[in-house]
Amino acid sequence: MPTPRLTLRELQPGQRGQIVEVEGSDTIAARLLEMGLLPGEVIEMVGKAPMGDPAEFSVYGYRISLRNGESSRVVIDRLP
Amino acid sequence: MSNSQISIALIGNPNTGKSSLFNALCGSKARVGNYPGVTVEHKTGRMQGSASVPFSAPIEIIDLPGTYSLAARSADEAVSVDVLSGSMADVPRPDAVVVIVDATHIERNLYLFSQVLELGLPTLIALNMWDRVAATGATVDPEMLAERLGIKIVCTNAAKREGIEELRAAIVALAQAERTNNHPERDGTAGRASDAFPEPFRTEVDGLQHWLLEHDVSLQRFQVERLVIDASDAHAQRAIPTALNAACAQRILEIRERLAAAGVSVPLFETKARYGWVRERTAGTLSRAIERPKSMSDTIDRWLTHRWIGLLFFLVLMFFIFQSITLVASWPMDAIEGVQGFASSVIESWIAPGPLRSLLVDGVVAGVGSVLIFLPQIAILFLFIAILEDCGYMSRAAFVMDKFMSSIGMSGKSFLPLMSSFACAIPGIMATRTIDNRMDRMVTLLIAPLMSCSARLPVYVLMVSAFVPDVRYAGGWITLQGIVLFGMQCLGAVVAIPVAWLLKRYFFRGIPSTFIMELASYKWPSWRVTFARVWERVLAFISRAGSLIFVTTVLVWAAAYFPGDHSQVNAQSLRLETLQSQPEVPEDEVSDLENSIRIEKSRLIDASLLGMAGRAIEPAVRPLGWDGRIGVAVLASFPAREVIIATLGTIYALGSETDETSDGLKEQMRAATWPDGRPVFTLATAFSIMVFFALCAQCASTLMIIYRETNSWFWPFFSFSYMTILAYVGAMLAYNLTSLWQL
Repeated sequence: MPTPRLTLRELQPGQRGQIVEVEGSDTIAARLLEMGLLPGEVIEMVGKAPMGDPAEFSVYGYRISLRNGESSRVVIDRLP
Repeated sequence: MSNSQISIALIGNPNTGKSSLFNALCGSKARVGNYPGVTVEHKTGRMQGSASVPFSAPIEIIDLPGTYSLAARSADEAVSVDVLSGSMADVPRPDAVVVIVDATHIERNLYLFSQVLELGLPTLIALNMWDRVAATGATVDPEMLAERLGIKIVCTNAAKREGIEELRAAIVALAQAERTNNHPERDGTAGRASDAFPEPFRTEVDGLQHWLLEHDVSLQRFQVERLVIDASDAHAQRAIPTALNAACAQRILEIRERLAAAGVSVPLFETKARYGWVRERTAGTLSRAIERPKSMSDTIDRWLTHRWIGLLFFLVLMFFIFQSITLVASWPMDAIEGVQGFASSVIESWIAPGPLRSLLVDGVVAGVGSVLIFLPQIAILFLFIAILEDCGYMSRAAFVMDKFMSSIGMSGKSFLPLMSSFACAIPGIMATRTIDNRMDRMVTLLIAPLMSCSARLPVYVLMVSAFVPDVRYAGGWITLQGIVLFGMQCLGAVVAIPVAWLLKRYFFRGIPSTFIMELASYKWPSWRVTFARVWERVLAFISRAGSLIFVTTVLVWAAAYFPGDHSQVNAQSLRLETLQSQPEVPEDEVSDLENSIRIEKSRLIDASLLGMAGRAIEPAVRPLGWDGRIGVAVLASFPAREVIIATLGTIYALGSETDETSDGLKEQMRAATWPDGRPVFTLATAFSIMVFFALCAQCASTLMIIYRETNSWFWPFFSFSYMTILAYVGAMLAYNLTSLWQL
């Protein structure tokens, strides 16, 4: 069953996806992984701040805030 | 390390209840907040004994700032790493480590644990917030997990003080174990996550460690690994002597190139290896909640972080706080003022007119007393900030404000430091350590002193209550004075916007920052923690009034009293008091006497050192609408701005018509005149003074903390200069604009 592959940034509030990978190999990527944005984890977009940036996500049972610059580096499979 | 003293470090992710646990263990008043990074500096406390846990030696507990990883990327995380590796000055390397793990987020928390384990210190886990596990529908088997990890696990609920006795006992047992690198339990079963690091990396680390040893640099393996993994990070390299720095950096660069060629992706392989290790060990010991039910916290969050409602809520909240400061604080203020008047009259009935009585009444009571009057307002302000921090709202405010903050050169993470600067710039500046981007941190740190701190509040309140008309709207719930006060509180923050933008543009251009931040669940603020916090600040305020402000007040009193022959005025005062104590007061004689006392006192203060200094600086402060006395009072308040109240109190008490200080500074200020009879204090003068105080860097402690945090004299000097210029220009504008508007 092929699912559309997109980045975390493209999720709308209430939508969920499964993390495929975090792009890049710099410290930002390392921090995202440290914070539990691991391949296979399910992540949900909770809502956006005023002016659309940053956004709040629910992953690993907690809430995390990411700017668009960061969330566009997280590749996900869209979940229903 | 001394032989008798044993020290234990507490480390954990932010929001794991670490500071609560520290409080429970030590019974101390360490600050706890529901915001990532409230413990910005390590705190130490002594573990208290109990009947069931006997001690053979004192045990010191070091509370470290929360961190997700030992790859120190912000200044507060660096503190944790330094303490644990023993490279922090004046803190001995801990003998053992307690890792606090949030029982509802075990896997993520064990990432840090896997790093701590490699430091080679005896380690145990406190599985905190244990009571929440059942509520989420997850299951955890602590015994099995402990066996897998090869360490002891104690289940605790720090907030409810549960499991603390067991933890104490475990800490004592751990402390009694020898500090050793081959802890049999641990190495026997668990192994290390770094065993799973790729072979090429391990070989390179061996090589680098060997090379460093040849140059007489002996580092633990963990530190060498960090050098290679966090190459772009200055922190790990601090352990390398300066002479070797360039050569070492070059070597690391080559190592990374070779690793990349071998297909090892630095730094990602580390997170992969560690989470792999964590998953292997937790497999079968815990199950996660299938579907997280929508909690109360989520519902509140939907509204408070809503695009528009969130922003509106924030502004209304701030307005409400400053309104309530003016409304609620007025009655305890009247009470304190009453005590002040009573103290003066007691002293007057005991001591005859003369230098000693003048020192006590005009110097100490009028000076220090007029500062202490503002205690209720400062307590209320700190109460609000403590509640907001503890309930978890602050991180939402940071989230809501991030876009705006980043557009002027900072990030949402700058928000908490700036918000705490509304209470006091010193904790605010220290809290900038939680900002991981250095450029953002510098900008935040330099504009923090512009936020309207609680020491400015007394100045505003005095001026506003004396010179802004008491007009009330909406049935008395909104006051004009409250609105002006709110405006003054905002002024510094508004001016800070262009300042931040300019600083970013000309001094701190750099890589764009990130905003990866955990938003912790809301909780009811703990009253114990909140009141402890307020109490701490109130004590600090009182002790400042008792030391720095007291000394300045006495100096100003002396300058206004000497030189000068007070014998005539003393004799007249004595005569006046005798007349007033008679059954039938002769009104005419009293008013004549009062008049001549007023003229004589005014002559004395003009002839005093202070009067001379006032005349000398008057030309410089005239454009601001001030007379020489205000000029001197402001000059005296450069070490600490709240001194202005005390010095004005002293100056006007000395120059006032009677020795009666109970009619208050406000009345005395209203009565002050220029030589031609015009009042000195008008609305324009009041605004000019308020604007000057809003923008000026009148706080020696703040400048010292800027020096400490930037490790350079340039930045405190820079802050002082730019803020003083800003204050002078701003006050001049305020004076002229208000004067124009009043015509």
